[in-house]
Amino acid sequence: MTVVTKRWALSLAVAAFALAAQGADAEALKKVGKGEGQVDIVAWPGYIERGETDKAFDWVTDFEAKTGCKVNVKTANTSDEMVALMNEGGFDLVTASGDASLRLIAGKRVQEVNTDLVPSWKTVDERLQSAPWHTVDGKHYGVPYQWGSNVLMYNTKIFSEAPKSWDVVFKEMTLPDGKSNKGRVQAFDGPIYIADAALYLKKHRPELKIEDPYSLDEEQYKAALELLREQRKIVGRYWHDAFVQIDDFTNEGVVASSSWPFQVNILKSKDAPVGSTIPEEGATGWADTTMMHVDAPHPNCAYMWLEHSINPKLQGDLAAWFGSVPAVLSACKGNQLLTDEGCEVNGLGNFERISFWRTPVADCGGGRQCVPYYRWVSDYIAVLGGR
Amino acid sequence: MTAQTIAVPPPARASGAGALQRLSTWLYRHPRLALAILLAPPLAWLGIVYLGSLLALLAQSFFYLDGFTGLIVREFTLRTYAELFTGSNLDIILRTTVMATVVTLACALIGFPIAYYMARYAGPRLKPLMYLGVMLPLWSSYLVRVYSWKLILAKEGIVTWIFAKLHLLWLLDAILSIPVIGGPSLSTAYLGTFLVFVYIWLPYMILPIEAAIERVPRSVIEASADLGAPPRSTFRHVVLPLAIPGVVAGSIFTFSLTLGDYIIPGIIGSSRPFIGQAVYSHQGTAGNIPLAAALSVVPIVIIAIYLRIAKRLGAFDAL
Repeated sequence: MTVVTKRWALSLAVAAFALAAQGADAEALKKVGKGEGQVDIVAWPGYIERGETDKAFDWVTDFEAKTGCKVNVKTANTSDEMVALMNEGGFDLVTASGDASLRLIAGKRVQEVNTDLVPSWKTVDERLQSAPWHTVDGKHYGVPYQWGSNVLMYNTKIFSEAPKSWDVVFKEMTLPDGKSNKGRVQAFDGPIYIADAALYLKKHRPELKIEDPYSLDEEQYKAALELLREQRKIVGRYWHDAFVQIDDFTNEGVVASSSWPFQVNILKSKDAPVGSTIPEEGATGWADTTMMHVDAPHPNCAYMWLEHSINPKLQGDLAAWFGSVPAVLSACKGNQLLTDEGCEVNGLGNFERISFWRTPVADCGGGRQCVPYYRWVSDYIAVLGGR
Repeated sequence: MTAQTIAVPPPARASGAGALQRLSTWLYRHPRLALAILLAPPLAWLGIVYLGSLLALLAQSFFYLDGFTGLIVREFTLRTYAELFTGSNLDIILRTTVMATVVTLACALIGFPIAYYMARYAGPRLKPLMYLGVMLPLWSSYLVRVYSWKLILAKEGIVTWIFAKLHLLWLLDAILSIPVIGGPSLSTAYLGTFLVFVYIWLPYMILPIEAAIERVPRSVIEASADLGAPPRSTFRHVVLPLAIPGVVAGSIFTFSLTLGDYIIPGIIGSSRPFIGQAVYSHQGTAGNIPLAAALSVVPIVIIAIYLRIAKRLGAFDAL
């Protein structure tokens, strides 16, 4: 109890101090010293494996042996949970997605990373090094960890070649097997899917002038909802649980849907007739960054982990495990678990065509007014309800 | 405290027991204080943890989300409640309430004959078996049962297979083509959601009805027969009125459980949201806690009305 109160008081004091000394960020470490014996990390499930689920996937044990820093992982299932845990404090690192990272930076919960102390920083994919979801005013607030894209998964028995466009899941049409797609396609059961519709419109309704599917003004937003209402008529069930979708492709006669490489890999491992593609419109995706808490209790161990987190072996193993793409390109070669095709399969070549996930906000810059996320939620609920 | 006293070695015992005795006497002389000490922990639980969080929820529902900044404005307002009356939210409330009502009716219709048989006809060997049969599903995880129903009802699942073997696929297709309750397959239709709800909550209906029927004295039924009433009249005018409180008690369970569930409609059905799912999406990244809170007040109000009616019908006599 008292510890918690103290921690609260401390973080309040820090917050007050940060507010008082605006701009004067917490000073970054100058030199990595001796480890403190442990490092506490908030991570997505499956992101930090120590061989407990599958012996082949272990990138913690050797780190602990080498540095003497015991790794404690707290898994979080949503970005909100991650932000809440970081606000509470007591953790060193977090594997934040694009919708959480900027919130953490704006809330001054994470500190600038001194890239000189992460020797492998220069091996990080150049396209990620200064990505806007962790770099603000030229300062890096984290080390890229992994990224991935949503894909169009399809049944190879129905489609002899990959569908060229997302319209197979948006518009009612006759599929190559001569039957309608009604009731045989799926869409994601989350408001962020509105961005997928916007991405489709960006290509097919150029007069709407959609640039970024996460910043939509009223008119663009209305058009996206319109498209989704049409889609509701052909979608039997929306998916939110990866395993329910896997089952729907096996038992429910679903032949095309937006999906993650994760489901594609599992279905392929069961010899199910599925393939995946990123159609001409591009796709939405996610990019995660390991960020360091502003008052991390174990900064030395944290820096050691940051360095460890981008070693090619870990990056390759993790990509194989999660169906994602490494932040370090050298990981794509010679990794047994990932194989040399793994990176391409998981979407390496599609970086430019992916719109990375961000939380839509009302003030979307350049004096534009955009529709904020909470409205995406209530309107997507209405769309699902058939309105 | 008692355990400690017992553990004390014999020499110290006399003084320990003496102190305890004095305390006991003192408490005996102050019965109100003894009662207060006994009741304080459970009342604190009820008052702080249970009612406290409920009140916090209620308070949230009177705030509103500023559409411009996306921040919660902590001022008293009724506009969040007004939002409940927009089309899509009314749909959600109506959809959930209708589902809960229909599930409750179906559970009562199926549950009553089973309970009646259990209470009146099942012999000493069959009865425990029937109890076991009713309770057995409750021993396995709720999620496991829902997921297995998803497989059973799937397009390529066993139900469709049986219909195909019986050359009755046309019948299944006809049922599934009914608007609103139909869909591409049983597991993506309201009909499927309904079937699974009935399956999951049925035990909670059977057990109270059984208890109520068991309490109808045999002599009353015999008296009715002696007075010349045919079995049908006895059932209608004697057994049924005495069993109704049991039905109402069971219906409280099935109705409120269906009203609050957000897992079954998420896994089975056509993805049209129920109240629980809507609440779940509004909190979180959306941060629309006021609307989530207002939505969760809806089932509380519906249940309160329902309980009032149930009380009039004497449901709580059978609990």
